[in-house]
Amino acid sequence: MPRWGMVIDLDKCTACQACTVACQAENNVPFAGPDETALDRSKHWHDVMTELGEEGRYPDFHVRFIPRPCMHCEEPPCVKVCPVGATYVDDDGIVRMNYQRCIGCRYCTTACPYTIRYFNWYAPEYPAGYDVYLNPNVPVRPVGVVEKCSFCIHRLEQAKREATAQGRELTDADLVLLPACNQACPASARYFGDLDDQESTVSRLSHSPRAFRLLEDLGTEPKVYYLAEEKA
Amino acid sequence: MKQEGTTQEDATLFEPLLRTGKGFYVTVAVLVILIAWGAYALVRQWVLGLGVTGMNRPVFWGVYITNFVFFIGLSHAGTLVSAILRIVKAEWRRPFTRAAEAVTVFSLPFGAGSIILDLGRPDRVLNVFLYGRFQSAIMWDVTCISLYLLSSVFYFYLALIPDIAMCRDRLNVGPLRARLYKFLALGWTGSERQYRRLDRLMDIMAVWLTMLVVIVHTVVAWIFGMTIVPGWHGAFIGPYFLVGAIFSGVGAVIITTVILRRVYHLEDYIKPVHINAMALFHLSLSLLWLYFTFVEYFTIFYGNEPAHMVVFNAKFWQEFSPMFWIMVACCFVIPVAILSNPRTRTIAGAVVASIFVNIGMWLERYIVIIPSMARPRMADIGSYMPTWTEWAVTLACFAFFALLYTLFTKLFPVIAVWEMHEARHQSVPEAVGRVRSYMPGATASSLPEE
Repeated sequence: MPRWGMVIDLDKCTACQACTVACQAENNVPFAGPDETALDRSKHWHDVMTELGEEGRYPDFHVRFIPRPCMHCEEPPCVKVCPVGATYVDDDGIVRMNYQRCIGCRYCTTACPYTIRYFNWYAPEYPAGYDVYLNPNVPVRPVGVVEKCSFCIHRLEQAKREATAQGRELTDADLVLLPACNQACPASARYFGDLDDQESTVSRLSHSPRAFRLLEDLGTEPKVYYLAEEKA
Repeated sequence: MKQEGTTQEDATLFEPLLRTGKGFYVTVAVLVILIAWGAYALVRQWVLGLGVTGMNRPVFWGVYITNFVFFIGLSHAGTLVSAILRIVKAEWRRPFTRAAEAVTVFSLPFGAGSIILDLGRPDRVLNVFLYGRFQSAIMWDVTCISLYLLSSVFYFYLALIPDIAMCRDRLNVGPLRARLYKFLALGWTGSERQYRRLDRLMDIMAVWLTMLVVIVHTVVAWIFGMTIVPGWHGAFIGPYFLVGAIFSGVGAVIITTVILRRVYHLEDYIKPVHINAMALFHLSLSLLWLYFTFVEYFTIFYGNEPAHMVVFNAKFWQEFSPMFWIMVACCFVIPVAILSNPRTRTIAGAVVASIFVNIGMWLERYIVIIPSMARPRMADIGSYMPTWTEWAVTLACFAFFALLYTLFTKLFPVIAVWEMHEARHQSVPEAVGRVRSYMPGATASSLPEE
């Protein structure tokens, strides 16, 4: 069984947000619009967090940008609290959502220490004429349910099918740029792959002395690793 | 026969069932309007989505969840007054028992219901039964609260049976109500044997319900305490919520009984001495609440862990501080000032203190729940402003509670007539014997026969 994970090199990242935009388009994440955004209801399955240093004033201060997909924790606090099993860990370790089962109690969104899960306050709305651009491989989520990054599970499934059709195993090269965010990254700062495969890029990089994870001391065991000379 | 002469003796208690003034219709009309307004807001919310509330990311829970905890808290009053005071044989409980149990039975549906109001997909609520996972604290709540609701309705009904039989036998009412009383009385004749059985069953139920009170509110607190959210995660939140529940519940019982006393002229039954006993009990709960609050926050303050201090600071000095300090004033400063002085510990004083306590306890639930979400570990600081929808639905919940209560007082005596009767004819000699048995030289044989 693979254990899908991601590595993001912060020393390469330019915080251009291409990943965020690519994710938005790939996963049919609706635009919240200015009014809803002002109410803190914008949705971005992938976002870029700004981490400000404690001291100093512009331009002499420390700032770091951290691109954040779902961490797909080994011990996900969100999955633990779901009363109906609408969010669950699949066989490959991806934290998934069952949009048909979710009752919208928002216990998972509250329990997630990364606050990287989103709730559909209203039915999704897209700009006029946008429907032809919706990705047919990703379901549009109804009002009242929770949604989140899926590690582009639809791309993963497709890659698996293609490999099977060609009678071969998935290779590291198939995977590294598989999710939409990785594919869009102009700095090649992002890697995807099987953390359990010792030969894979992500496995190698996750053992780098530069590697760390977010909120590691909570014991959630995220499968998204970051690389940086300077630790958080 | 035990029931002899009861109607003459306690005729006042049956008055409200027979005569209805203009005040009743006005009250019902006002409550129905409030409920209709809330129903409109709620239907609108179901059609449009939870976007009509003020909730957002990261403040995913708001007033509805606050109401959930608050109403469940209120409901603990009934059981406490009626069951726990029954177990410890506090005789002054008698005029309060039914009124208190009614608070339990009528507030609990709004506690449990608030969770459903808060769901993004109320249409899928049955998924809880289809796919329920007991690893989730929400399932613990579903189980415990359902059990508690069933048990307290059963207990409430048990204690009503002798009085329903009295209504059946003595009241001259329309055929529909006569049939209702006949049906609900379950053929009660009021024999010694029936009373003995009822007493035994109620003793068992009192113990069972006391246990449920502790479990239910601890489990309610665990929804928060079991997560790793700063300000929620901790063992103390269970007992803290429990004390707060009993605290606000006792206040609710004081308010309702004094209203009933005034409206239904029960001055003979609910005397200053009763309210005084309740008020002193309330005072001790206020001190206990302060102790719990102090222990909770001092531990966080001294430990000085950054993640926890962020929430602490939000409550103590930042945007939540007005609410926090009003809460301290309402739950501690004002009630203690009123209730510790015998001159202000009057019926009016007890009611004023109880109103403040209930405002303060609602704020306490809010202050426990919202600031922790407004200070997420890994997202921007959040803010939350409830919308009119949330206020309208909240008001409707309170109005519905009041409406059920009002209708109840028109159908059944609000003071347990048979319990008053029992107190008059049985408990007085029993109490004398009991006190005698505490004295030196007394043997077990000098105990009165039960």
